[in-house]
Amino acid sequence: MSTTETPAGVPSFELDRNALRHLADAQINVELDTGDMILNLGPQHPATHGTLRLVVRLDGERVLAADPVIGYMHRGYEKLTEVRTYPQITTLINRIDWLSSFANEVPFINAAEKLMGIEAPPRATYIRTILTELSRISTFILFLGEMGLQVGALTPAFYGFRDREHVLNLIEGATGGRFHPNFNRIGGLKDDLPWGWVSETRSVMKMMLDSCDQFEDLVAGNEIFHARTKGIGVIPGDIGTAYGVSGSNIRASGVDWDLRRDGEPYLAYPDLDFKVWTHADGDSFARYWVRLQETRESVRMVLQLLDGLPSGPVMAKVPRIIKVPEGEAWVETENPLGQMGYYVVSKGATGPFRCKIRSASFSNVSILPWLLRGVYVPDVVTILASLYFILGDIDR
Amino acid sequence: MSLTLALEVGWGTTMAIKTLVVLMIIPLGALILGYTFLLKMMSHMQSRLGPMDPGGFHGWFQLIGDGMKFIQKEDLMPDGADRKVMAGAPAVVLISTFLVFLVIPMGPDLVVKDLDVGVFYALAVSSLSVIGVLMAGWASANKYALLGALRAAGQLIAYELPLLLAVVGVVMQAGTMSLQGIVYAQRDGSIFGVDWIGNPFILTQFIGFLLFLIAAQAELTQTPFDMPVAESELVAGYMVEYTGFRFLFFFMGEFGTAFAFAAIAATLFLGGWSVPWVHGDMANLLGPFVLFAKLMFVAFLMFWARFTYPRLREDQLQAFAWKVLIPIGLLNLLVTAVFKVGF
Amino acid sequence: MARKKLPGMIGGLGITLKTMLKPAVTVQYPHEKEEPVTRARGVIALKEENCTVCMLCARSCPDWCIYIEGHKEKRPPRREGGRDRTVSVLDRFDIDYALCMYCGICVEVCPFDALFWSPEFEYSEHSIAKLLHDKVKLGEWMETVPEPEPLEIGAEPPKKKK
Repeated sequence: MSTTETPAGVPSFELDRNALRHLADAQINVELDTGDMILNLGPQHPATHGTLRLVVRLDGERVLAADPVIGYMHRGYEKLTEVRTYPQITTLINRIDWLSSFANEVPFINAAEKLMGIEAPPRATYIRTILTELSRISTFILFLGEMGLQVGALTPAFYGFRDREHVLNLIEGATGGRFHPNFNRIGGLKDDLPWGWVSETRSVMKMMLDSCDQFEDLVAGNEIFHARTKGIGVIPGDIGTAYGVSGSNIRASGVDWDLRRDGEPYLAYPDLDFKVWTHADGDSFARYWVRLQETRESVRMVLQLLDGLPSGPVMAKVPRIIKVPEGEAWVETENPLGQMGYYVVSKGATGPFRCKIRSASFSNVSILPWLLRGVYVPDVVTILASLYFILGDIDR
Repeated sequence: MSLTLALEVGWGTTMAIKTLVVLMIIPLGALILGYTFLLKMMSHMQSRLGPMDPGGFHGWFQLIGDGMKFIQKEDLMPDGADRKVMAGAPAVVLISTFLVFLVIPMGPDLVVKDLDVGVFYALAVSSLSVIGVLMAGWASANKYALLGALRAAGQLIAYELPLLLAVVGVVMQAGTMSLQGIVYAQRDGSIFGVDWIGNPFILTQFIGFLLFLIAAQAELTQTPFDMPVAESELVAGYMVEYTGFRFLFFFMGEFGTAFAFAAIAATLFLGGWSVPWVHGDMANLLGPFVLFAKLMFVAFLMFWARFTYPRLREDQLQAFAWKVLIPIGLLNLLVTAVFKVGF
Repeated sequence: MARKKLPGMIGGLGITLKTMLKPAVTVQYPHEKEEPVTRARGVIALKEENCTVCMLCARSCPDWCIYIEGHKEKRPPRREGGRDRTVSVLDRFDIDYALCMYCGICVEVCPFDALFWSPEFEYSEHSIAKLLHDKVKLGEWMETVPEPEPLEIGAEPPKKKK
């Protein structure tokens, strides 16, 4: 494990794992005059976005060591996929990252289509890309509001939920489900778009741009927000890539890496003209700023896609009962939370033999022990909010 | 225009009426502020409606219902808690708020006691609540409550100074510490000869007004200075072991103090109960309503900032008080003194 | 961007003030209701005459929340001199909405168009047992099934199903 310089007065990275584990399960009974105190940001906590448990060792106000304990929401996805068919799995994996659920289906379906050697028709690819970008917009708008909430401003969170409703209504209009679309099928999509969807999407995109401006004024431009987030939780680019941090988090540290442009081409991204936003600082404010710009970029992408939407069928010719031929396929995509990948092993049955899910938040959270050394206790909340992980994505 | 009302009431009746008013003002004030700003204004700022059903018409009964709920709860205290101190802490906070209202004038004759050192008394007595906070933290037998209380006490004490400096500017301009005297100075004064709006000190002491608002915000532990209370995200705040009606006292104390600070700000900077061309008994009739309107305006500003801004970290908060607000306050004092002596 | 002229804190105050003056977006359910979209997955309706008890829906449900029982009956031949027909008759078709994930796989795989989506969502009950809708109740939901809406420009016209 590479170590860079530690902040002054803070012990090195070596955690005494036995001490932490023992004390974490015991009662929190601390003498005030000896230095260290163990604090349990327990599984139920408003700051941890779900059931993440963070055991921190404190010296007064500063964190000496932090140990994330995950697994409180483990639902056994990889085991479930072994006993389900492909359409059933598509339903289940919506629920891994429940805020941007359409994006979870895409790499899985792409992997299955790769194994079958089927390509979805261009209209289906475009609609898939539109829906992926819409789910990216919906989850980032919520992030922009909810990070304000974690830092203490009550109002932006409500604006986040309010503006997200428009995008969810769009997704519901097309797929029938607000949160869990379950719209991808091997070979294309379940249905085509309803009448008037394209013009409605255009007007909603305009609303989203206004909403981004509002967040910029209300949160990103606020001096108190700057004081709370600038310089907090700096992830250097090399350390971040070593830990596997991906998505907007690593782009905010100056690493210019986006799977939509740099990885294997998937969906309609090769046809699109978009900018990948990076920020040099790598602190919490940079992560907020990068996601704000990426929301605007997604809006522009959706408008481009709507302009270029081809006509035609949305489903390729597939047999009625789908049996995927033997083989293995690995597909990784740029999900809103980071890089998500599926490794599908098929033995020719109606369901996969084994499906390994590489989720983005699992790797994003792994940097927490390194990142939280030497920060103040209120900054822990800011850092957790800025990394933006979803517990379902960590634990699967 | 003046009306003359002759009401012969004895000393006892007057005392009874004054006591009743002061006792009722905290719950009523807390209710009105809580409903208007916390429930309705905050909701509309967040694009939602707030309570609509309790009581039928826009949920006016919500807070009263909450109060009734708190009163009927079980009176729990932790095992190792110091029972007398723990019971006394909300009382100290509430009593310090009640005592402030003794000097706030609502009309030329409508004041419980117009002390010569009115402003000094008001500030001194309102800072007694720090003791209540420390009592609450200490008696709770909870390390995190104690830490939260210490942090809160540090913040409250740090922000007493900007509050004081803001008020000293007003006192210098008015020439008296008595609140009634300050109101008269604003009503009967003039700005360089122009006197049809009197001389509301907000115009000349606008820096002082801003300082007072910021310091009052911190005294009430409201965002952006609510780290002691929102500390309950991570470490429990000083109120963690309080449930039931003791928590209700804290809550009433918080909003009652907001009411009191808004009243003081309205009196010091906006002219209190006075409207420049109204004298005599008409002023006694209109006074409370005028004061109420001005007070609601000041409270609107305080709560507007509360619902818009994120919160400052504890060390940033202290740095802000000591390194920014106090120098500005001293500068304001200097400029006021120069103007007072020179003109 | 040259939009901001005021320091950010003042701009933030302006936004909250403007939002306060605009009407709230709350829809006061149950006094006011929003219409769900046509495709909204509210409840599944059963058209009993189309069902042939093929069990495809029960098999493909990820939660196994569809319970089907049927038996075969003999019917007289359609024409003179023909063989007796055997017809599957539906005895029991229950969907347990306490388990249902609203994924729609059953509606999709049914080869005989016996299941339909309806946007009706107000069927909460006080006891979980009542969330098991039997075939009579599922038949009642058929009245709420909307007409399929027209598709967007550029889409292939839907194939007519038999």
